[in-house]
Amino acid sequence: MMTGSDDKNLNGFLEFVYDFYKTMKAHEICLVYEGKITHQITKAFVSLAEAQMEEDQETVRVQRTVFHVLVECLQNISRHADDHESASIFSGKGIFVVSKNSDIYCVTTGNAVLNEKISALTKMIDDVNELDGSQLRNLYMKQMREGRLSEKGGAGLGFIDIRRKTGNKLEYYFLPVSDKISFFMLSTTIPRII
Amino acid sequence: MEVLHIEATEDSPDIMLDQEKEIFEISGRSLPEDVNTYYKPVLEWIKEYSKNPNRRTIFKFRFSYFNTASSKVILDILTIFEEMIEEKHDVLVRWYYPVKDEDMLEAGEEYSEMVEVPFEFIAFQHIN
Repeated sequence: MMTGSDDKNLNGFLEFVYDFYKTMKAHEICLVYEGKITHQITKAFVSLAEAQMEEDQETVRVQRTVFHVLVECLQNISRHADDHESASIFSGKGIFVVSKNSDIYCVTTGNAVLNEKISALTKMIDDVNELDGSQLRNLYMKQMREGRLSEKGGAGLGFIDIRRKTGNKLEYYFLPVSDKISFFMLSTTIPRII
Repeated sequence: MEVLHIEATEDSPDIMLDQEKEIFEISGRSLPEDVNTYYKPVLEWIKEYSKNPNRRTIFKFRFSYFNTASSKVILDILTIFEEMIEEKHDVLVRWYYPVKDEDMLEAGEEYSEMVEVPFEFIAFQHIN
């Protein structure tokens, strides 16, 4: 038996879900995930997105580009989200949002990072954003040649690859969480006509 | 040498390395959780093969997709071929790319600039 107050809570919650749904629709969000981002999750999302794009009859080129961006973004989080203190509610977790409108796909990720990593990350993304096509090509080749695979399997190539494949700059934002960590948000847009 | 065959999965390519039958091929999609672990036996096999290779080696890469971490390993493989060529062995890379996938063709062209190994580029009809 449900008591009156439970009813009220439930209604409140259902209203929230409806508002949430409306908000998602308003922002044209087609995929959202919050939680631990593992390799299994990465594979599941990638195939979900593939099936969806197939249904939406996206061109092969758009499908491939979105695929590239999804994999690099998700693998970034699954490799790095565990780097910081485990006590935090953000540990090992992240948020992952895919939205689209008639012109673009937008892939946005968010995960906690240690504050001490902010300056290196900022520099890395700013550097990549400033380069043009042939400079990006040279940097990619240089990084492949000189870079080493980390223990986690990262090659330091993800941002360069995303920038090259989409032709767009990476947008990012750091929201302070505590004196130790910040929430790192990264957003990439992929034109639907390429 | 013993044949090395690793069957494809949804995130890793099919690998066939057979010295006797002269089949050397990596094909499919490559985004394994851990590229180091996945490609370790492959790199070891090729390294061992390079010590006593066939008169001519035609190595086929037939990727439909690979992630950035895999791109680094591909260069490691090509570097072994480069060393073989320095030792006067005959090695040719056949780089297959899905028809109309200019990025995959370009990736192959970039590799061919990075290592002193002859490349041939061949388009193939990709079926998902």
